[in-house]
Amino acid sequence: MDDDTSDFGSFYEADNEDETNTIINMSYKVLVPVKRVIDYAVKIRVRPDKTGVETANVKMSVNPFDEIAVEEAIRMKEAGFASEVVAVSLGPKTVQETIRNSIAMGADKGIHIETGTADLQPLGVAKVLKKLAETEKPNLIILGKQAIDDDANQTAQMLAGLLNWPQATFASKIEVDKANNSVKVTREIDGGLETLSMKMPAIISCDLRLNEPRYAKLQNIMKSKKAELKVQTPQDLGVDISNKIKTISVEEPAKRSGGIKVDSVDQIVQNLKKHALI
Amino acid sequence: MLLNRITKSNFININKSCLKNYFCSVSSGSSTTTSTTTTTTTANLLKVKRDDRFSYLNKDDISVFKKIMNDESGVITDADDLVGYNHDWMNKYHGNSQLVLRPKSTEQVSQILKYCNERRLAVVPQGGNTGLVGGSVPVHDEIVLSLQSMNKIHEFDSVTGVLTCDAGCILESLEQYLEPRGFTVPLDLGAKGSCQIGGNAATNAGGIRLLRYGSMHANVMGVEAVLADGTIVDCLSTLRKDNTGYDLKQLFIGSEGTLGVITKLAILTPAKPTSVHVALLSCDSFDEVKKLLIEAKKQLGDILSAFEFMDRSCIDVVLEHQPQAREPFDSKFKFYVLLEVSGFNEQHDNEKLNSYLEDVISRKMVADGTFASDSKSIAEFWKLRETITESLGKAGAVYKYDLSLPMDQFYNIVEVMKERLAGKNNSMVCGFGHVGDGNLHLNISTPKQKYNKEFLGLIEPFVYEFTSKHNGSISAEHGIGAMKTEQLHHSKTNSAIQLMRSIKQTMDPNGILNPYKVLPN
Repeated sequence: MDDDTSDFGSFYEADNEDETNTIINMSYKVLVPVKRVIDYAVKIRVRPDKTGVETANVKMSVNPFDEIAVEEAIRMKEAGFASEVVAVSLGPKTVQETIRNSIAMGADKGIHIETGTADLQPLGVAKVLKKLAETEKPNLIILGKQAIDDDANQTAQMLAGLLNWPQATFASKIEVDKANNSVKVTREIDGGLETLSMKMPAIISCDLRLNEPRYAKLQNIMKSKKAELKVQTPQDLGVDISNKIKTISVEEPAKRSGGIKVDSVDQIVQNLKKHALI
Repeated sequence: MLLNRITKSNFININKSCLKNYFCSVSSGSSTTTSTTTTTTTANLLKVKRDDRFSYLNKDDISVFKKIMNDESGVITDADDLVGYNHDWMNKYHGNSQLVLRPKSTEQVSQILKYCNERRLAVVPQGGNTGLVGGSVPVHDEIVLSLQSMNKIHEFDSVTGVLTCDAGCILESLEQYLEPRGFTVPLDLGAKGSCQIGGNAATNAGGIRLLRYGSMHANVMGVEAVLADGTIVDCLSTLRKDNTGYDLKQLFIGSEGTLGVITKLAILTPAKPTSVHVALLSCDSFDEVKKLLIEAKKQLGDILSAFEFMDRSCIDVVLEHQPQAREPFDSKFKFYVLLEVSGFNEQHDNEKLNSYLEDVISRKMVADGTFASDSKSIAEFWKLRETITESLGKAGAVYKYDLSLPMDQFYNIVEVMKERLAGKNNSMVCGFGHVGDGNLHLNISTPKQKYNKEFLGLIEPFVYEFTSKHNGSISAEHGIGAMKTEQLHHSKTNSAIQLMRSIKQTMDPNGILNPYKVLPN
């Protein structure tokens, strides 16, 4: 396919037997990873020790792009393409709320990978998802293009590399071709729109214009609270999520200094000269 | 020199478009058209003659003011610059003031009023000019006394939460000051980007948080005001409890600028909630709305921060005129309730709200619903409620009424008006508002039509008489202003109005403060 993911492909061999099995298998399963992030409207404050951003007592929500991914998966189910939608999230117990939100929207099952307070990085997440792909055997993995906390935009691509599956990122339209076991994805790129076709299993990352997520119905929200989630740890899956990257410090950008008021054009010129601007 | 060229009219126009997007509470009274300019003055619209007692402004007066003000920019006489001060944000009320003064201190306000009192020059105190009843603009040629240059925050006590500031501080700027300190202004309304706290106090502004924090009467701890004769009355106490003599600040609060000019305020501010959740519910009868309200008070009591309602017509109007809005549920329902809880413990609030929702679902009080904790969805739910006014305005002429009614008659007036106006002028009757406070915004829209006097005759005085019969208020939160002076008697007895007149006479014997407003002629 078009995207070259050989950088990672050389480290991890794809299991070709899986591909054959998927074509014979008629039930389409969609795996949707969702991330719990700081709500976009919150005014971010850096911790005094500069190790990161303040998250205590701060409003958290589902990553907007991930919500779009969940919505797309559910629409596939409603259109008759997918038979099962599984939502998965990594993090402490609190991420279960995010998984339940996805179930309230229409996902069938939820998996919580308990990682406690571990600092998760895209590569670690991708490794866990690779293992889940091997056990859950989805036909499609749909992710949000990036998380609004780190803006990394890496997990989908790394996962594709690890699994050696085709990928289409920044999807603004997805069309499933069940007969040919393939999916046509229109993606937003700098030059305009690019349309790719790829055989499943495949990985898609979603962009803003793909869809507008539905409001979960009250009854479904209530039901989702009682839904049983499958809880596992990275150790259970035999995956090492330790970080290869160390954060040295996190700082706020330099504050804008206030302007000064002047009384005449001459003063403007004077000040501009003083600050070596003219 | 450069600064003077940025005219006030440009500034007001920007504010107007901001307001059109964010304004939540609705105006009341006779009518509003969507045309942007009209040459009808308030005087002609309301048939109010100029009071002979008042003198006409002359050149000597302007020299005196210039001396008091000490700063050229504080004295505005240029015709272009006067425009914005002379009309209200709905562009409905137009006055003919020849002079705007923008004092920078209480002392200047005092000197201005002392002089005006001696010269018998009428004055209109003006804050953010966001009122809906024509109370903040001149009717004839009254001098506009703008508080906009008095906008300093003086003090904040983080233990008591009392904030002391000038009357000209814009509500939103106070919120921005308080937010990093963990506090919030106890009132919230759509006009927050333009309205000033002094005006909020003078009009006893309501808004969407009144349910939780109470009115300005409850939250203002102290007031510094200037009387008509220039006397500075310093009641700027920051104390929570002070029972020493008559509580004079309460006279100024809600007086709409007719008893004195508020120059400083001390407000009690609550801690800013850290966890907010909003539920959007639907039901098929108003009885269910009432039941939801009762249960909300019982089960969510301490964390309940807003309870608004809107009927189906409102949703239809919003969907028609707001491109971003979408049908919240799969089916259409007769009533929608927007319920907000805010607190300081996310888990605790979540659990409480969940129990409430489980309860009302099991007791079949809700037809459908959804709830959200993320800002994006919360903002979308609020937009459904807050863009009703703007959408109605886009549709055509709107006849707006801001009423307080007892709960058993609350929605009846909407049904009664629907029947009364059935088939006439293609009209649509909408009901929405702060049902948690017993405050209904009754809006009658005549899509694609202009204001029509005959149609108005079918509505007034019927609506006021209905309200009066059920001991309701003909102006729940918007005040009387210039618009409803002749309707005051529907909600206040003659003896009450007489007492108001005596108080006015005592405090402003020459009647120079905001004449033609509040009290009927």
